[in-house]
Amino acid sequence: MNATPAPSDTAQSDAVETTGSAQTEAGLTPARLHAQGVTIGYDQRAICEDLSVEVPDGRFTVIVGPNACGKSTLLRALSRLLRPRRGRVVLDGRDIHGYPAKEVARRLGLLAQSSTAPEGISVADLVARGRFPHQKLIRQWSAHDEAAVLEAMEATGVTDLSGRLVDTLSGGQRQRVWLAMVLAQQTSIMLLDEPTTFLDIAHQVEVLELCVRLNREQRATMVAVLHDLNHACRYADHLIAMKAGRIVAQGDPREIVTAELVEEVFGLRCRIIDDPETHTPLIIPRSGIVTAPRTATTIHG
Amino acid sequence: MKALTRRQDGAPRVDFGHRVMVLRPSAAVSVRLSVRTTVVCAILLLLTLVVGVLALGTGEFSLPPDQVVRALTGQESGWARLVVVEWRLPRVVLALLIGSALGLSGAVFQSLMRNPLGSPDVIGFNTGAYTGVLVATAYVGHDYAQTSVGALVGGLLTAAVVYLLAYRQGVQGFRLIIVGIAVSAVLGSVNQWFIIKADLQTAYAAALWGQGSLNDLSWDQVPPVAYAVGALSLLLVAMGPSLRLLELGDDAASALGVRREPVRLAYLAVGVALTAVATAAAGPISFVALAAPQIAARLTRAPGIALVPSAVTGALLLLVGDFLAVRLFAPTQLPVGVVTVSLGGAYFAWLLARNTRGRK
Repeated sequence: MNATPAPSDTAQSDAVETTGSAQTEAGLTPARLHAQGVTIGYDQRAICEDLSVEVPDGRFTVIVGPNACGKSTLLRALSRLLRPRRGRVVLDGRDIHGYPAKEVARRLGLLAQSSTAPEGISVADLVARGRFPHQKLIRQWSAHDEAAVLEAMEATGVTDLSGRLVDTLSGGQRQRVWLAMVLAQQTSIMLLDEPTTFLDIAHQVEVLELCVRLNREQRATMVAVLHDLNHACRYADHLIAMKAGRIVAQGDPREIVTAELVEEVFGLRCRIIDDPETHTPLIIPRSGIVTAPRTATTIHG
Repeated sequence: MKALTRRQDGAPRVDFGHRVMVLRPSAAVSVRLSVRTTVVCAILLLLTLVVGVLALGTGEFSLPPDQVVRALTGQESGWARLVVVEWRLPRVVLALLIGSALGLSGAVFQSLMRNPLGSPDVIGFNTGAYTGVLVATAYVGHDYAQTSVGALVGGLLTAAVVYLLAYRQGVQGFRLIIVGIAVSAVLGSVNQWFIIKADLQTAYAAALWGQGSLNDLSWDQVPPVAYAVGALSLLLVAMGPSLRLLELGDDAASALGVRREPVRLAYLAVGVALTAVATAAAGPISFVALAAPQIAARLTRAPGIALVPSAVTGALLLLVGDFLAVRLFAPTQLPVGVVTVSLGGAYFAWLLARNTRGRK
């Protein structure tokens, strides 16, 4: 279990056999971030039991699954917010709970789901708070801090908003600002908990394309929890499908996403077609209602 | 507005939307200060100085400001020196110390609870302190030291009980407020019962303490308050900026490397201790802890709640309040608590009126 958690896990879960280089690489050197047989939950209720998962280095991993399948819980455990009751989460060869809190924050960043911007804070002020893990009591704003904040705002395209108040921004702009704060933290692993919730379709695409660009340009390891399966297929290069606290399938979405898998995971009958734009799988739900195409006459009549 | 401003050496510079001062005396030391916040604090300190000199000069024995300054700098002797330094100065010093303690404590609580109504009062501190004083006066005695210790023990015990009752895998602001109100209500009736049962002298002494007053304080009371407020302020400085990160939400703060629960407990403890010192020294003085952080935030226009401006505002507020308490119905001295309660009522009425008008 401790040597190669990911392959053994797929074998257990009798689902789609995965190929893809992540597993083969992982077999040689374990991924920087992985969970070994973790049982996690709130109070007495276990949401995931004996779960092992590996986050492939340098990839954009997306975790999908129906509501309450444990995907956000898993992300919280991976980011040290939840302590597993059994098993452990390993970061760079050591139990993640064995590090000082600030040390973890220098290696792993998290875009949390429920963050609040203090009233009256400007964009740059908020992004600058991402520098906390690098600051000391008497070194609050070094030239390096300043450079990191500038770079993070540049990468997320919020430099022009720098002096604006966060309260006055649109949802999409605000999400880019929070992302900039995580970037300013300068970690090589970034976890994003539902980064597109509450955004309209254009802003969802904008944020996801930004994530992909950051993943490629900064060679950062990224993990996101997403609700939209089509977005996941389109932007992830490693997909983890979860159901009822266990992993049903993982791998390149172009190889693992089938109508059977979607039905098994989400209980949704669907057709899979080729996304004409990105040539990734596109899920078209089947409809129970038989509808004839509406013509002008039916509308007027 | 330009997005990128450049420094003199040509390097790009972050635009914070307000003017900042960056001080980097060496590679290991660097700070960033908001220009507005610094200027506001300087002006408030100057005002405090002016009111302080005025307060030292007025009373039955009036002195012009220049004579007050000469007395303070040791160039006067005899009556002027006795009145200014021995009689009136301890009261002003205590007003400044207690005011800044209350301002800091209010800032800590409002920041932790993310609520402008957060203050040590809501978690039942003052009601508990009152219970402590009643118990002390009824069973031990009612000199200054005995009531102070009674207030300290009562207040701290109540805060601890509220914290433990509200604890459920960490403490959330809202649950703390609800439990605080419940415990306050229980202790409130205990206090009533005590006053009804007690003999007249005890009830009178307790009621007097309950007003909150700086009357009859002397240099003897200054050192313990000064040491305690100084030590607690240093502790707040040493804890660094984690309070500002907790304002971002629990998950975001943890992700940035703040050890959430221990840090929150430490801040709560320091916040309660600051109020405890103030209450033990002068009795319950309401409104300052509530209003100082809000007034400071409006003056500095800084994001969230800031500690230093709150402390300076608190000191000025209590000094002005005490000045009014002494002078308003001279020669009768009011307890400063009565003045701050009245000011607090007016402040709330204004806040409510402004909010309802804003919602239309």
